[in-house]
This record gives sequence, C-alpha cells and structure tokens, in this order.
Amino acid sequence: MTRSAAADATSSTLTEPTVRRVAARPERHNKVFVGLGLFVAFVLAGFVSGFASSSPDGLEKVAADKGFIYQEKDHSFADWPLAGYAVSGIDNERLAGGLAGVIGVSIAFVVFGAVFWGVTRLRPRSASAASERDQAAERTGAGPGAGAGGAPLA
Amino acid sequence: MHIPDGFIDASTSAAFGVVAVAGIGYAVKRAGEENTDQLTPLAGLVAAFVFAAQMLNFPVAMGTSGHLLGGTLAAVLVGPWLGAIALAVVLGVQSLFADGGLTALGLNITNMALVGAMGGYGLFTLARRLLPRRASSVIAASVIAAFVTVPLAAGAFVVEFAVGGTVDLPLDGVAGAMLGVHCLIGIGEAAITAATLSLVLNTRPDLVYGARDLLGKQELTVRRREPAVVGATGLSGRPPALAPAGADGSSDRIGDGSNPS
Repeated sequence: MTRSAAADATSSTLTEPTVRRVAARPERHNKVFVGLGLFVAFVLAGFVSGFASSSPDGLEKVAADKGFIYQEKDHSFADWPLAGYAVSGIDNERLAGGLAGVIGVSIAFVVFGAVFWGVTRLRPRSASAASERDQAAERTGAGPGAGAGGAPLA
Repeated sequence: MHIPDGFIDASTSAAFGVVAVAGIGYAVKRAGEENTDQLTPLAGLVAAFVFAAQMLNFPVAMGTSGHLLGGTLAAVLVGPWLGAIALAVVLGVQSLFADGGLTALGLNITNMALVGAMGGYGLFTLARRLLPRRASSVIAASVIAAFVTVPLAAGAFVVEFAVGGTVDLPLDGVAGAMLGVHCLIGIGEAAITAATLSLVLNTRPDLVYGARDLLGKQELTVRRREPAVVGATGLSGRPPALAPAGADGSSDRIGDGSNPS
C-alpha cells in the first residue's frame, strides 16, 4: 500500500520532459545500445588489439630503467591457458590474442552484469528505504518550488 | 600500470588488500543505496569496454606504451561506486590472463579502482562545479579528471613503493620517472575518455550518470525564482532585526517581483 502510494508520488513529481523522454525510449532501444556497445568491445579486443603497441608500459619502462624489473615474479596463473592474453594451443598469434580478448570481454560483461544485478537488486530493504528517502527529498524539494511557482500568479 | 608480484613486499601488499576490500565494500554499500534503474543498460558494457580498452596499448615517447585505465570513464558513465566496482571486476578478470600480480591485486585495485574511479569522479565533480552547466562541460570535466587520475595513480604506486618496495632506490628518481611518463599516458587517457563519452552523450545522454543533473533542468529554473519570491513576500512578516539586512536588496527584489503583477 505504502509502496504504491510512494510510486504515485514519484510519478507526479517527475518533470514532464522526463516522462516524455522515458516514454519515447522503449526497452528495444536499450537492447540495440547494448548490442552495439558489445560489438564495439568485441571488435576492439578481438581485432584492434592485434595492432596495439607491444612496447613496455609506463610502469614496466620505469622498472627497467630504475632496475627493479628483476624483482618481478612469475604470475601464479602463468601456465593458465589464457595467460598473457593468448589462448594456448593456437599458433597464429593474432588469432590467439583476439580470441583471448573476446573471451575476456565476455567474462567481464557477464561478471560485472551479475555483480551489478547483485549489488542493486539483492538489497531490497535498503534499496527501497533509499528510494523512499529519495522520494521524500524530491517531495520536500518540489513542495516549496511549487508554492513559489504559484505565488507570483496570486 | 598493472603491478606484478614481487615489486612490493608481502605485508604492504596485504595492507593495501585490506584498503581495497574496505573501499570496494563501501562502494557496494553506496551503490546499493542508489537509484540505478537508468544505468542497467550500461552496466555490463562498462566493464566489457574497459577490459577491451585496456588491451589497446598506444605508443608514447621513447619506446614506452600506455593504455586506458578507464576509472574516470567508468565513473562518469555509471557513477563512482559502480565505476570502482567495475574496475575491480576488470582487474579480477585480468588475473585469468596473468596480467597484474595476484598478491598485488589489492595494490592495483587501490590505484585503478579507488584512485582511478572514485578519485576520478571527485575530480570530475570539482571540475563540473567550476564549469558552466551544459553538456559540453561534462566532456571538459571528464578530460581534466581523466588526465589527472593517471599521474595520480602513478603517485599512488610511488607511495606503495616507498612503503614496501622490494628494492631500496632513491624515491625522487622513481617518482619523477613515474609521474613524467604517466603525464604523457594521461593525454591518451583524456582523449579516449572524451571520445567515448561524447559518443554516449550524443546517442543516449539519459544513460550517463555524470550528466544526470542536466536532464532535470526545467525543475531548476523554477527553483531559481524562489529566493526572489521569498524575499518579496517575507519582508512584511520578518522580525525587525532581519529587516535592515533584507532592506538593502529588497528594493530591486520588489521591483522584480512587482513586474509580473
């Protein structure tokens, strides 16, 4: 009951352009956006990465110049099939790297998508409490604003 | 920028592991309290894009390369809390590719997620306050923040190296070299951040966390009239002690207020 009342309160306090904007952007647009974004990420990691500079990065360069690069220890996952952004067992360097990039982008997308879902959805109590707080703030913010808007007319 | 195992000793790495866990834990708490509905489409994409972009090393001077850290970009797109979590996820996934040491994960999360995303968003907010309120300022502020976060993250490494470096070296030399090369990398960071953000701002401005305030612009024009009206109507009812202070400006305010009537 309180939830629906709160929802009504929010919808009434939404500014008109926001309402129009939301109405003009159906779910379909989001799917197109995510699809295009993923495609770009796949192209960058799968193809463009083959042309990336293989020079040492800033930290490696400084470590080499200053003489502490030799402290570097082998990574615990150095024998992993994906180690060094190259899928082991594929001879073609560009293909092995590109495939590793595509796998990495997929894992990052899925893992952060899951983390995002967990962070924002699996806390219903604190989340609704926060949104109610937001709505309360909106209402108190809109209250005097509406009063001021009416005052010059009267 | 990814610190491998062995550069920083175990106890310092562990201490920064605690810093990283605390920082990300705080980010999870804050992100859970936010209204993130509008960010849903961008969520997975941010981590995917940062992962892809971090593979793209671009050459800077003298046989050195750099790549996007992406902290500022992620934070402006999905906010400082989710942005920091996204960077931590990317760094975790990169461990599968043997990039960035496992024991150094806390150091790397501190430098790239906490300093990069949270610090980047702080700089972004600061720059937004100094710049006019328009969409182009979102780009300008992110350029400033993106550029500054790279030498800032390099500075964080220097601090970590000073505390627990496994080689005893004169610090000013390491600091100078780290800051110098990372200022150059910062230019690339700023350029990639600006290009990506303007692409998203031009197609789906409603998805950009750092531009949220620009969407509800109408509400603010209403609020801006408020002080004038309060000044005009409040004059008669105010205690006399406050009247002289209000009286100086009140003549213009009444003039403003009486115009519509």
